[in-house]
Amino acid sequence: MNGPLSVATIIAALVLAAWYLLRAALDRAPSRFDLLAAVVLAALVVVLVVVAVAGLFDGGRPADTGTFAGYLITTIAFVPTALVLAKMEPTRWGSVILGVACLVLPVLVLRLQQIASVTGA
Amino acid sequence: MPEETTATRPSDAALGSGLGRVLLLVYGIFALSASARALVQITTHFDEAPLAYLLSAMAGLVYIAATVGLARGGPRGRRIALISCTIELIGVLIIGTLSVLDKGDFPDATVWSNFGSGYGYVPLVLPFIGLWWIWRHKPE
Repeated sequence: MNGPLSVATIIAALVLAAWYLLRAALDRAPSRFDLLAAVVLAALVVVLVVVAVAGLFDGGRPADTGTFAGYLITTIAFVPTALVLAKMEPTRWGSVILGVACLVLPVLVLRLQQIASVTGA
Repeated sequence: MPEETTATRPSDAALGSGLGRVLLLVYGIFALSASARALVQITTHFDEAPLAYLLSAMAGLVYIAATVGLARGGPRGRRIALISCTIELIGVLIIGTLSVLDKGDFPDATVWSNFGSGYGYVPLVLPFIGLWWIWRHKPE
C-alpha cells in the first residue's frame, strides 16, 4: 500500500488538480483532453485498489478491515463520480469539480495508507 | 439538464448553477465522510467515547440536511439550509474550542475537533460558504 504506485497516484492527482483549477481560473470548461486525463487517473486508482485488495488476501490485514474496505470503495468510485458530474456541467465549474475531486483523492489515498499501516496482530 | 426540470426548480436551488454544484459536491463529501465515520465508530467501539461519537453522528446528519436544503432551494430548502449551516458553524466553533482547551472530553476525534484540522479546516470554512450562499440568494 505504501509503494511507488500510491505515490504516483497522489502526484498525478495533485498535478491534475493544479491543471483543472488553472483551466477553471481561465474560464474553460473541461475539454476532451481533461476528461480523458481524469479517465486515466481513474484507471490508475483502479490498479491501486486492485493491488490493495490483493494485499488483503496475502496476509497482513489492517486492524480495521471494515474501514479499509469502505475507503477502498469510496476511493475507486470517487474519480468516476466527479467525471459524471463534470460532464453534466460543461462550464468552468465542471473544471472546478474535477479540481476538487483531484484534491480530495490524495487525502483518500493517504488515509488508506494510514489504515493499512496499522496491521492487526 | 433538461428544460422541464429547471423550469420547476426554485431559482436559489444550488443544483441549478455551476458554483452551487461544486458547493454541493463538497457538502456531499462531508455528509458522507462524517456519517460513515460515525457509523463505524458507533458500531465498533461506542463505549470508548460515546459523547464524541454521538456528536459525529449528529454532525453527519447536519451535513446531510444542509446538502439537501441547499440542493432544493425555495423557502423550505432555504430554512433547512439556514438552520443546518448555523448548527454547523456553532458546532465547529464550540467543539473546536472545547477540544483545544480540554482533550479529556473528546478522546477520539470528530469532524469538528480542533476546528476541523483533521479535515484541512474545511469544516470551519464550509458553514460560512453555505451561509454566504443563502444570503446571496435571499428572496427579494
